[in-house]
Amino acid sequence: MESSATARGRDEAHLPRDGLLDRVGIRDMDGWMAFSALGLVACSLLTLHEAVGQAAGGAPQEYASRQALYGLVGITAMIAISRIDYSRFRELRVGIYTFLCASILAIFVFGITARGSTQSLELPFFTFQPAELGKLLLVLALAGFVIDGARRGSESQRTIRYLALGFAPTGLVLLQDLGTSLVFGAITIAIMVAAGVRWSHLAAIGAGLAALIAITLVLMPMAGAPVLKQYQQERLTSFLSPSSDIGDAGYQQNQAKIATGSGGTTGRGDQATQSRLGFVPERHTDFIFAVVAERYGFVGAALVLSLFALLFWRALRLMTLSKNFYGTLVAAGIAAAIMFQVFVNVGMNLGIMPITGIPLPLMSYGGSAIIATFMMIGVLQSIHIQSRAGQRGLWIH
Amino acid sequence: MRIEPVKPRQRRLRGTAFRVAVLGGVGVVLFAVLFFRLWSLQVVTGDRYLAEANDNRTREIRVPAPRGRVLDRDGNVLVDNRTSMALQLDPLEIPSGAAERRKLLGSIAGVIGRSESWVRKRYRLEVKDNPPGSPITLIRDVGDDIVYYLQEHQADFPEVQINRVFVRRYPKDVRAAHLLGSVGEVTAEDLESPEGAGLQAGDTLGKAGIEQQYDGVLRGEPGLTRVQVDSRGRIKGQLESVTPEPGDSIRLTLDPDVQAAGESALLGIGLPGAFVALDVNDGEVLGMSSNPTFDPDIFTRPLTPRQANDLWDEDLGAPMFNRAIAGAYPVGSTYKPITAVAGLAAGKITPSTVVDDGGKITISDQTFTNAGSQAHGPVDLRRAIEVSSDVYFYSLGAQLNGGEQLQRWSSQFGIGRPTGIDLPGEAEGLLPTPEWRNKLFAAGETDRPWAIGDNVQLAIGQGDLQADPLQMATAYAALGNGGTVYKPRLVLQEEDSAGRVIREFEPEIERQIELDPAAREAIMDGLHAAAQQPDGTSYAVFGGFPVEVAGKTGTAERPPHGDQSWYVVLAPYPDPRVAVAVTVEQGGFGADTAAPVALQVLSAYFDRRAKAVSGGSGNVE
Repeated sequence: MESSATARGRDEAHLPRDGLLDRVGIRDMDGWMAFSALGLVACSLLTLHEAVGQAAGGAPQEYASRQALYGLVGITAMIAISRIDYSRFRELRVGIYTFLCASILAIFVFGITARGSTQSLELPFFTFQPAELGKLLLVLALAGFVIDGARRGSESQRTIRYLALGFAPTGLVLLQDLGTSLVFGAITIAIMVAAGVRWSHLAAIGAGLAALIAITLVLMPMAGAPVLKQYQQERLTSFLSPSSDIGDAGYQQNQAKIATGSGGTTGRGDQATQSRLGFVPERHTDFIFAVVAERYGFVGAALVLSLFALLFWRALRLMTLSKNFYGTLVAAGIAAAIMFQVFVNVGMNLGIMPITGIPLPLMSYGGSAIIATFMMIGVLQSIHIQSRAGQRGLWIH
Repeated sequence: MRIEPVKPRQRRLRGTAFRVAVLGGVGVVLFAVLFFRLWSLQVVTGDRYLAEANDNRTREIRVPAPRGRVLDRDGNVLVDNRTSMALQLDPLEIPSGAAERRKLLGSIAGVIGRSESWVRKRYRLEVKDNPPGSPITLIRDVGDDIVYYLQEHQADFPEVQINRVFVRRYPKDVRAAHLLGSVGEVTAEDLESPEGAGLQAGDTLGKAGIEQQYDGVLRGEPGLTRVQVDSRGRIKGQLESVTPEPGDSIRLTLDPDVQAAGESALLGIGLPGAFVALDVNDGEVLGMSSNPTFDPDIFTRPLTPRQANDLWDEDLGAPMFNRAIAGAYPVGSTYKPITAVAGLAAGKITPSTVVDDGGKITISDQTFTNAGSQAHGPVDLRRAIEVSSDVYFYSLGAQLNGGEQLQRWSSQFGIGRPTGIDLPGEAEGLLPTPEWRNKLFAAGETDRPWAIGDNVQLAIGQGDLQADPLQMATAYAALGNGGTVYKPRLVLQEEDSAGRVIREFEPEIERQIELDPAAREAIMDGLHAAAQQPDGTSYAVFGGFPVEVAGKTGTAERPPHGDQSWYVVLAPYPDPRVAVAVTVEQGGFGADTAAPVALQVLSAYFDRRAKAVSGGSGNVE
């Protein structure tokens, strides 16, 4: 009796009633995942405050303080979403998918243009980039369709269906922003891998994509009918040929590489002239990693990469912990989205990937991106919370 | 009996675990690539990139040093500098595309209020000779309004710089233009030459005259300012700087009065000509000028093709041509003293040897006549010089043929060889010798070998002889001082920018001629008579001159041109301090055009000394 009372008391300690932390579900969250996400935001704020703010012009702390505000909104959204059972999104897949496609199409009609491409919607208080949230929406909807259609049709038919559902928004986004559409593509492929699509099918898709890239980048321009816009083409190929022409994509990438390299082991601190004097382009967004690398050196840059590795590992881990297969697929999609963005963005900063305009999750300045990423992590936390609850036989609704 | 239940969920998980491992493996590989690349960039090759970053942010701006001034003997400024705001294009920023460049030049034309074609022409002129990397000066002396406008709109014209540059200024206008020379931007050729050491594209270099000869003194050391710039090249701060070292000044030996008198006298004659005034006792050039002349200021801007052409146009008298050191003319009777020295030394004559001048003489079937076939009767050496008897010297020339006595003495006096003056562009002239003509004949370049007639002609400064006023003045100066040939020189001393003397230039003796004092005295006596005895050839000019002088006219035939007028004079007689040589192309008789110029020069010379003696002027020597 006494022992059961003790057990009962311990169980009660886990009940989400006792304090504020428990009431918002923090106790059941994945602590390492939260740690990595918050750590990255902290790194972002520090970098924006110390390195970028100095030369940003206007109010010196504008970037850092606005990023902090976006971060707070994002964290709130993360906590709110983590309290929802992600499985409900499966039921809403059609609505989510429709909203996804509609928001992308809305860009064509109402979008505002920045840096040569149109990606934003002007909303009250801030401009919104639907494609950022779209990454999460695609994961939730596509994973839902996979579960839903798992028993319909042959394997080939299923493969084609997944592909069509994933690549339809990918194609729409491609017309606006190459980087985001690549992320969409990566999400689609990752979910298909996790869903158990035959390796032979995946290999065929890979070959098809390679052929498509070759046609787009080489054959069509040669035939006089370029598919990509000029600036897209230049960015994609510039990392192959660094240039000394200021304003040229190759020059920018070269400057970012010099910034990264010059950081050395421990960084240049306030002597970081590459970023401070404006040699590094877009130093608060696309090239923020180069700023970190120059200012804080290998030590700082490796810390940031390690935090991403931790985040990626925790996301992958959820694939096996998830209480249902939908959670597995969602975790796979989100993990792929984060991994892909990190690799392409950091690779771009290190001069081994083309300039594609993909921001570094949680680090690059930008409200839409940071809030959307926190929402993704909120979904991951929901998967974690649901699995913990399932193990204890408690379902949180 | 135990029945193993089918566990589909577990099987799914096993399949999923493998797929998770695949995704995880991909992630591990991607992270490994990033970490390795990061480590390679920062830890392995970080130093190289650090150097690149440092190189990136600093620009070295060369601060031009003001060139030294050029002064005359009294310290009057002949050349100094003024500062000017120059609109220059940064060579690194100039668009490589022709269309973009056209557009840029067009917009600059709009700003400075010139036509597009004018700007493009200037651009082409500037680019033509400049070595790569030198700033392209489109226009100098930009007004303040344009400077302010460009500063306010710097972002629109990243290629345009307004730089303070030094431009040569000539307060005395055309004074001594041929001597001063000019400066210009270094060319690619200059940079490759050994003299180009330490020069950079965009630097200024002496291109002619004193500016070229003493470039090392005048040039100075450019300063260097290291600035920090941002990615747009805007200066963010100054890191360190080396202040420019101004060039030293050159004080010339030129006597301002002598120079002015000579220049205005030549200008008054209005024919191409030149004069040289030398200090007999140390070789200092007191005056030197060539007519027609030019305004050295035209070299402070790029020459238009027309200007460049006009400077050497024969019809305009080739103003750039310095006849004083490069005019190669027959010298006529002014040569006779040299022939006399040779004749006396060779023992062919004595001062009292008398020749009957019947107006003409026949030597090996060839008849040589006096000017105007005038007969002077029996003449000794003094009389022969006084009246300028050709027959006397024809005869002597004939006697001196063979053995090359005349050539040897002529060469001793500096005929047919550069004097070594510190000025670029000196001509050698031509002293005809049997060897020279025979070699030409052997090569088929002339119609006949050396003949006695050549020596007869040389004896009176005709034939193939070519000499310039500087050579004649140097030769007479040696005669005047008893046989010392000084190297003529233009520079008295080097002074720093504060006026302190850094270096004094000493007289340099080129050669010592073993001149018999008695022979010298006899010839000087003849020259004195020629100038100031009633029968003398230039008595009309110098008869009333208050100072005793010894001077010789020359009227040289120079077909197809008219006669070349010469006058060479030593003063005061008998112990001269100054030698003046004047020549005027197509000037006719020596006494008609050249001698009056010499008179003006000598008047200036002696007026100045008279004033100095009476205390009129404090700083003469």
